[in-house]
Amino acid sequence: MIRIPPAALIGLFFTLLFFFCAVFAPLIAPYGMAEVVGDVWEPSSREFLLGTDSIGRDLLSRMIWGGRTTIFIATAATILSFFTGSVLGFFAAVSGGWVDQALSRFVDLIMSIPSLIFALVVLSVMPTTILTLIVLMGLLDSTRVYRLARAVAVDITVMDYVEAARLRGEKIGWIIFREILPNALSPLVAEVGLRFIFMVLFVSTLSFLGLGVQPPQADWGGIVKENKEGINYGIQAALYPAYAIAALCISINLVADWILGRTTSLKGGRG
Amino acid sequence: MHPIVTLVAQRLALGFLLLFAASILIFAGTTMLPGDVAQQILGQSATPQSLANLREELGLNEPALTRYFDWLSGVLQGDLGTALTNGRDIADSIGGRLKNTMFLAFWAALVSVPLAIFLGLLSVRYKDKWPDKLISAVTLTTISIPEFMIGYILIYWLAIKLRWFSSVALINDNMSLLEKLNSIAIPVIVLTLVVLAHMMRMTRAAILNVMQSAYIETAELKGMRMLKIIRTHAFPNAVAPIVNVVMINMAYLVVGVVVVEVVFAYPGMGQYLVDHVAKRDVPVVQACGLIFAAVYIGLNLVADIVSIVTNPRLRHPK
Repeated sequence: MIRIPPAALIGLFFTLLFFFCAVFAPLIAPYGMAEVVGDVWEPSSREFLLGTDSIGRDLLSRMIWGGRTTIFIATAATILSFFTGSVLGFFAAVSGGWVDQALSRFVDLIMSIPSLIFALVVLSVMPTTILTLIVLMGLLDSTRVYRLARAVAVDITVMDYVEAARLRGEKIGWIIFREILPNALSPLVAEVGLRFIFMVLFVSTLSFLGLGVQPPQADWGGIVKENKEGINYGIQAALYPAYAIAALCISINLVADWILGRTTSLKGGRG
Repeated sequence: MHPIVTLVAQRLALGFLLLFAASILIFAGTTMLPGDVAQQILGQSATPQSLANLREELGLNEPALTRYFDWLSGVLQGDLGTALTNGRDIADSIGGRLKNTMFLAFWAALVSVPLAIFLGLLSVRYKDKWPDKLISAVTLTTISIPEFMIGYILIYWLAIKLRWFSSVALINDNMSLLEKLNSIAIPVIVLTLVVLAHMMRMTRAAILNVMQSAYIETAELKGMRMLKIIRTHAFPNAVAPIVNVVMINMAYLVVGVVVVEVVFAYPGMGQYLVDHVAKRDVPVVQACGLIFAAVYIGLNLVADIVSIVTNPRLRHPK
């Protein structure tokens, strides 16, 4: 039986709760995503638990649907980022030589421009669809995964069993997926949580700037944008997404810390 | 020639090469992507005639390489082109805004750097006791919320509920320094909170790294007081990594500025960029993107050079 520390348990509970709400949003949300059901910025009541938003939609429903969009985009982008980043990273480490040099310098180049600025530059000519956002965020972030994956894989490629596989004449795909991947998995898994948090913050920022998820589709960054005028009248509507994002990110951080601690203690301490 | 000079010169050359490559990337990002830029700018309802006119105006009929070098030679001469949306000279529009952005970033840096180092030292001094835990809990929270949301939370509490500051940060040249500072107080606090968390955590890690060295243990064993150990042994050795951390976070600050300016309707570069991305004004986006990339690369370059100069070990590569 694995003993889970209380902090990680709380984190795990809230993380699962958020994902549960995201998956079952259509069943949980009291109203439809873009359904106008009341007056503008009604205070919280039994009918509308969090009140209504800038055009009279139920805010709780918007938050639940918005969480679904935000979490979906962040999850998809994280998966893309890890797939691209780790495959290229392993490939560079196993190949070595000029392939490694070319890939690594290209990644250095992309990382020399801040991700947000790069995303803005690309979004100025690309249509802002959810697919564009996922691909853009996933590919930009894969540079960080690439560096980690390559660093881990470089240590593994010098092992005898990789050398043995090479001498057996195994193809590069076999070496990457059967020899490197299983041994590089734990440091990569620990990184997943942090990349996911980054994606949530990234997509929320883009939506807030009006360059991410487009209305009437709900998402947490967009809810802030839609309700920001209310703040001047002391209406909290725009602040709920901030609380939600903070709760989600802190929960994931708690879980990630625990996983990181476990995987490093398996190897007998950090480093 | 002195080895430091050679190394620094190498770094500088590398920085310029990187900036050149970044300019290619920014240009390619806006021109070689799938889809017709003219169509994107004008939307689906555009007539073929207006599309053809815009293509002509953007020079889209010429090969990309020619356009790139035209653009680059213009930029090198200080000519950033004209904005598509209002036909104004981009360099003129950017001038004052760049100054405003630097003003904001400067004050944020002035507050956050000393505070981050102080809190970093404090949390090392009281490692695993309540001050350390409190500081790391607060920084974990600020890292977990996007900048713009911290901005609105502070507007809600400081400007609306308590009425200490104004919720928009409008500044102009007629205001006195004090008025300007009052006006940018909340944006500065937001930027400070965002950068502070990263900077403080990295400072803490850098000092802890030094604290694990053998000479610190020796000092402890001979009975030196903790604060004195930090001051005389740990801090001098931690200066190089801390300066590095500060520079990296200044680069981070430059990006944070973009979002914070939009929140507070502050007339700076970031808002200019975001506005024109939404309007699909490609020349403005290219110019702003290049400037942000240049500042970012420049600050990282300074961080590199500082660590070479202050760390003798880096001067003698194996």
